[in-house]
Amino acid sequence: MSVTKALPHDAARLHVTGAARYVDDIPVPADCLHLAFGLAPIAAGRITTLDLAPVRDAPGVALVLEAADLDRPADCSPSAHDEPLLSGHSIHYLGQPVFLVAATSHLAARKAARRAVIETQKRDAVLSVDDALGVNARFEDGPRIWEKGDAGEAIDAAPHVVTGAIDVGGQEHFYLEGQCALALPQEGGDMVVHASTQHPTEIQHKVADALGLPMHAVRVETRRMGGGFGGKESQGNALAIACAIVAAKTGRPAKMRYDRDDDMTITGKRHDIRIEYSAGFDEEGRLLGVEFVHLMRCGWAQDLSLPVADRAMLHADNAYHLPSARIESHRLKTNTQSATAFRGFGGPQGMMGIERVMDHAAHVLGLDPLEIRRRNYYAEADDSAAAHGAEGTASRLSGKVKPPGGPDPDSGAAAAPAGSEPVKDAADNPHVDLASRGAQGTVPEGRAPEGTHAAQTTPYGMAVEDFVLGTMTGRLAESCDYAARRAAIAEWNAQSEVLKRGLALTPVKFGISFTLTHLNQAGALVHVYQDGSLVLNHGGTEMGQGLFQKVAQVTAEVFGLDTGAVKITATDTGKVPNTSATAASSGSDLNGMAAKTAALTIRDRMADFLAAEHQARAAEVRFDGGMVTVAGSEMPFAEAVKRCYEGRVSLSSTGFYKTPKLQWDRIKGQGRPFFYFAHGAACSEVVIDTLTGEHRILRTDILHDCGRSLNPALDRGQIEGGFVQGAGWLTSEELVWDDDGRLTTHAPATYKIPACSDRPDIFNVELWQEDNREETIYRSKAVGEPPFMLGMSVFFALSDAIAACGPGYPMLDAPATPEEVLRAIGRARG
Amino acid sequence: MAQTRMIRLTVNGETGSYTVPVRQNLVDFIRNDLGLTGSHVGCEHGVCGACSIEVNGDLVRGCLMFAVQADGAEITTIEGLAESGRGAALRAAFTARNALQCGYCTPGMLATALDYVEGGGAADRDAIRAHLSGNYCRCTGYQSIVDAVCDVIEGRVEA
Repeated sequence: MSVTKALPHDAARLHVTGAARYVDDIPVPADCLHLAFGLAPIAAGRITTLDLAPVRDAPGVALVLEAADLDRPADCSPSAHDEPLLSGHSIHYLGQPVFLVAATSHLAARKAARRAVIETQKRDAVLSVDDALGVNARFEDGPRIWEKGDAGEAIDAAPHVVTGAIDVGGQEHFYLEGQCALALPQEGGDMVVHASTQHPTEIQHKVADALGLPMHAVRVETRRMGGGFGGKESQGNALAIACAIVAAKTGRPAKMRYDRDDDMTITGKRHDIRIEYSAGFDEEGRLLGVEFVHLMRCGWAQDLSLPVADRAMLHADNAYHLPSARIESHRLKTNTQSATAFRGFGGPQGMMGIERVMDHAAHVLGLDPLEIRRRNYYAEADDSAAAHGAEGTASRLSGKVKPPGGPDPDSGAAAAPAGSEPVKDAADNPHVDLASRGAQGTVPEGRAPEGTHAAQTTPYGMAVEDFVLGTMTGRLAESCDYAARRAAIAEWNAQSEVLKRGLALTPVKFGISFTLTHLNQAGALVHVYQDGSLVLNHGGTEMGQGLFQKVAQVTAEVFGLDTGAVKITATDTGKVPNTSATAASSGSDLNGMAAKTAALTIRDRMADFLAAEHQARAAEVRFDGGMVTVAGSEMPFAEAVKRCYEGRVSLSSTGFYKTPKLQWDRIKGQGRPFFYFAHGAACSEVVIDTLTGEHRILRTDILHDCGRSLNPALDRGQIEGGFVQGAGWLTSEELVWDDDGRLTTHAPATYKIPACSDRPDIFNVELWQEDNREETIYRSKAVGEPPFMLGMSVFFALSDAIAACGPGYPMLDAPATPEEVLRAIGRARG
Repeated sequence: MAQTRMIRLTVNGETGSYTVPVRQNLVDFIRNDLGLTGSHVGCEHGVCGACSIEVNGDLVRGCLMFAVQADGAEITTIEGLAESGRGAALRAAFTARNALQCGYCTPGMLATALDYVEGGGAADRDAIRAHLSGNYCRCTGYQSIVDAVCDVIEGRVEA
């Protein structure tokens, strides 16, 4: 078996010897130009004078472009066509690219860019949530509102009501490799672009659009990224477009790499959010109704903010059955970097609301927070309903036809403002980026399959039928000795004046699929060469997560080979077209399935031929252990391939996959946006110093649901890394803008991501390996994003420790920096 | 002051003379002039550790040292370690433990880990964590990196 093996990362050998190439490592011709942007010095207003003569005169400068110099508008937006590459005279955030310098070296370009004389006329910048609400600066006409039942009435009638608000900060991706792109001009005006991107197809589309070329004239290649985390879904567009424009104008290769300060100043980050909540509980701590208001700062351009804010709403329930709920989401427009995708894509923000409600209610009702959480969990999945189909049937899904019928007109309980989201016909507008999560779907979807009758539903009407957190939580609580440690900590805190400990066990239930249904498709290309070696290409990109290895395992498995037989090649829009971003945790699910389909096509052709040769049936041909067996005779795979080649059998195939069962109406907030849910639970113990607010994570125990893991070693890496990144988001990673709208934390000297010494002293990670009930690739589950939210356990452990300081509820905001912890201690003490 | 200066140094065992701009960072010289792109540029102001290399036996941030300051120095990069076989056990352990994901921090992390191991560091997780704390990794959560270093010190790795 190749799948389920804990194989190391396919590029590990290259990484440890320094041989792995990133975009900036690709050798370039000597005449390559290097690019830098000149940035806006104010957050809002107009440029009254832009004198670029000193820039043009700087040493090494070959070309300087401002917006008016572009032959055609160049847009970088993945959605609303509202991000011009260069600002023109109107400025929307401090750090917005105003002009572009191309010079003979990276340093020469950067030095030249600083020589511009820019005079400006400032206007009042809209920076905060309150600023934006005050002037009604927002995307979409009004808030998006989804409702289930009458939450207001349920809360009014509830014996216990908790109300409050929580501010949750944004997060810088801090991919170790900054944004980078390289454009190489080709014959006939064609362009080849190497980009550090999670979305080569979007780069292809945006570059083609900027150059006025059809997509077939642009080829984008991505071998790997030095980290992405969502920050390279749309934020690399500007660099690739800039390089392509300069390359087209000059006929010379052009490369652009942001240095770290520019990267953090220019690019978008995770959306920060203020969540206002009101929740009613019965005497036993069961939630009766809850209302959330999400106030999200989206920055100056739309980017992916609508689907991010949607996903925050979609995770407002996290693991809890909400009998009635009202979720109101405001997507606020501010003069800051355009907030963008970041691991979890709004899901983490949405979950923080309900987790705060549970924590707050536990404090008010005097219950253990874990107890109140468990009482409100969705009902556990019915084991008898679990699908345990044979492996190998999954590939047939690719041809499955959705059941006919349109959306149920009676199913929408939501009261969203009608008609606020006109769906444009993409065919009429060639600028629309169809493969972006910021796009609008235009193809009507079939009706989602009905859930079993008794299943509980999410606030958006999806039946929850695969919930396993009840069992998982029980297992984790036992293995981490939750109850005994809870008691021990209470005792310890009673004796300890200055230091206080806290403990929290929090769940994660994360929906897997792109919420824009048409993105849930993937393609792959497999070649088998005469010598029995294979080449694999698919639409997913490698950013360290191990996607390439997982898909190679799937491909090797089909032929009964070791992964060593499979060469994994760079993602290339010329090989597999119309790909979706490697995002939404969907990489292995989609591309694994597509690759399997391609491999099965070739294997079936080989089996047919070999069977005919031996007067056997194709079904009897076996591919296993590097050998092919037919009618009692056994030959090495390479020999079988040679025979097939000489028998004129096609040894190359594409494969295609689309996720079944999806149907989603984002305006109504109704349907089945997710194929399945991935689960996890974490228990963290922390200690705080009540004099300084400093804190440490003493121990974390994690149990995470990977389905039947394709590769437990890679999955473990995602879990550990995701947890630490999530904990960083909620503790040390603080973005600070000054009153002028300048991001003051624009480098790691002022922005603190977790270091090796920050992770838990004791760190136990276990995989929950039970088959996915849905027919995913070898019954595995997606694991990219879900573990990120395990970091919430640290935040609520801190809240627990602070609560030990006094009678009040701490009302802790995130990130829980030492300063914030001190403030919360003050609130707890009253 | 002259804008360039001639330096002579030994990189990965090869000695050569080069004319370098006086303000050029060592890591830029190594990457752009020598083509040794295994040393990565992460933050360019000495915080992330991705450009960590060995200069005269000391662990140095390639972005905080000028190339001219390396005149006469002996430098070992990740490529040099791989060629000489030094650090083979760490490379094997990083691979086996999956102590890397995107790999961008790996060359600097390996150099720092090697500094600890060759300095006689003990398989004490707290001490290892403290030693590695100047090298950021955004992917792994560090657990597997510390595991890998412990494996090497405790002789659990076949190089």
